[in-house]
Amino acid sequence: MAGKDYNHLFKLLIIGDSNVGKSSLLLRFADNSFSGSYITTIGVDFKIRTVDMEGERVKLQIWDTAGQERFRTITSTYYRNTHGVIIVYDVTNPDSFVNVKRWLNEISENCDSVCKILVGNKNDDPTKKKVDSQDAMRFGETVGVRVFETSAKENINVEEMFMAFTRMVLRAKKQSQDRAEREREREKDTVNINAHRDRDRRKRGKKCC
Amino acid sequence: KTSDDINVKCLRMKEYKDTQHIFCDFPHTFQRAHLIISIFIFPPDVAGERAALHRQRSLPHRPPVIPLVARMADQNTSGTPAMTEREASRLDKFKQLLAGPNTDLEELRKLSWSGIPRQVRPITWKLLSGYLPANAERRESVLQRKRQEYFGFIQQYYNSRNDENHQDTYRQIHIDIPRTNPLIPLFQQASVQEIFERILFIWAIRHPASGYVQGINDLVTPFFVVYVFEYIEEEVENFDVSSLEEEALRNIEADSFWCMSKLLDGIQDNYTFAQPGIQRKVKALEELVSRIDESVHRHMQHYEVEYLQFAFRWMNNLLMRELPLRCTIRLWDTYQAEPEGFSHFHLYVCAAFLVKWRKEILEERDFQGLMILLQNLPTMHWGNEEVSVLLAEAYRLKFAFADAPNHYKR
Repeated sequence: MAGKDYNHLFKLLIIGDSNVGKSSLLLRFADNSFSGSYITTIGVDFKIRTVDMEGERVKLQIWDTAGQERFRTITSTYYRNTHGVIIVYDVTNPDSFVNVKRWLNEISENCDSVCKILVGNKNDDPTKKKVDSQDAMRFGETVGVRVFETSAKENINVEEMFMAFTRMVLRAKKQSQDRAEREREREKDTVNINAHRDRDRRKRGKKCC
Repeated sequence: KTSDDINVKCLRMKEYKDTQHIFCDFPHTFQRAHLIISIFIFPPDVAGERAALHRQRSLPHRPPVIPLVARMADQNTSGTPAMTEREASRLDKFKQLLAGPNTDLEELRKLSWSGIPRQVRPITWKLLSGYLPANAERRESVLQRKRQEYFGFIQQYYNSRNDENHQDTYRQIHIDIPRTNPLIPLFQQASVQEIFERILFIWAIRHPASGYVQGINDLVTPFFVVYVFEYIEEEVENFDVSSLEEEALRNIEADSFWCMSKLLDGIQDNYTFAQPGIQRKVKALEELVSRIDESVHRHMQHYEVEYLQFAFRWMNNLLMRELPLRCTIRLWDTYQAEPEGFSHFHLYVCAAFLVKWRKEILEERDFQGLMILLQNLPTMHWGNEEVSVLLAEAYRLKFAFADAPNHYKR
């Protein structure tokens, strides 16, 4: 596209239980604002922010979803072409942490491979904290997902989390480009009997990253 | 009051006078010509409103501070005493119709289609929704019985909200209530929030096929506001409900519950598993728009905007998130007057609403721009006139397309 004002465009999706602070995180990152009483998200909300990373302009298209169970069928349609998924729980609400497993399952049902990050939000009052940081980190290690603790309200770690995640997504893209490059080199000498299947997979839009 | 407040008020008053002046001076010949053209496609009264609007559009911009529930120029939602002759005569017609021993509901529908005056809105809504009987003598006993029945449910079920099988439902309602209408002080009062919780919880456990789904909480709001109006004269946004008699507040609660239940009866498949009602309507919207405005449809296709990405909310919350509350109330006058207003006519309103922004849509040149536009359509200043035009256009679309599914088919 001519006149493009960015080098990379990534679609990020924010998921997690109702009332864990998904919209607040997005508003803090995209508009640097916070209000204690956001209206509930219905369907999907959408914001953009462009950041500089490793000397390149990265445009982030961030989709903020509704958390209620009943919306799952609809929200699953938003996974298409997603590069990264941010799973949010509330550190003051253990149930929302327990449900992270279900959200991870949901991702694997909708994407073959996609970057993921786990975010414990509302981390600003030690007296209310119920999900231990060590537990969260251990869980993150077992499922291979990095964990961040944030507070959209107090603006703690939000920028750092989004930037670290953007870096992950950017690296993943570059790695897969390198891989594709190597494969093309190899393909020059071989006949790919799987070409048909690969095309089908792409058509289904399952491969997110 | 700050001087800014007063300035805004003066400005609005001046604007209001200008509007009335134009309304009265409007050349009769033009209005008649317009009526002749419109008579085939618009129900009575809409044509006149359209004609008046043509002139209003050229007025200077409105002041930026606008109440959420009522706007100065919207006579039948605000408590402003001054009324145009036309509005006074409409109110008279309503009063005559309502005064008889048996209200002619068909007539009441016709009259309500173009908006219900604030003074008679509560009773009219109750009649149109079928909550109250046409027979005036029976009304009081029906009201008593229904209100008792509702508070019977509360006694029977409300204590079960923390039981294992209901706690998820209650928890979701409880976290959503403070996030319902967060900008209107009325809804931040504890007693109002408790009313909403009870209404929603009782409805949810009595309708297990759908249960409570986010969005349903919004649907209580118009009923609650309109039924509060039955007891007060002043603006409702900052109204302190503790100044109402307990009895009045109980009546408002029970009436809101029953009328919301009637509404939801017609659209329950919007909220059952996988939300089939919404999926079907979003598809129907896409199909309709592709027939009525191919360039808008193609433009969105070109930039890969899917209807589900913006219209899901239009269906799930009946456009309440896209319009100021005062507009929703006006919209519901028509939805209750129109057969299958909420379940069917709403689709045509959504189509008219989308196409209304065709210029802005066609100006956007990428996916991001389109999505941000469609999720934040600038309706903040909207009032009765804009809704009337929208409804007239929706009516025209329904007339042209509902019974002719192949009309204009590509």
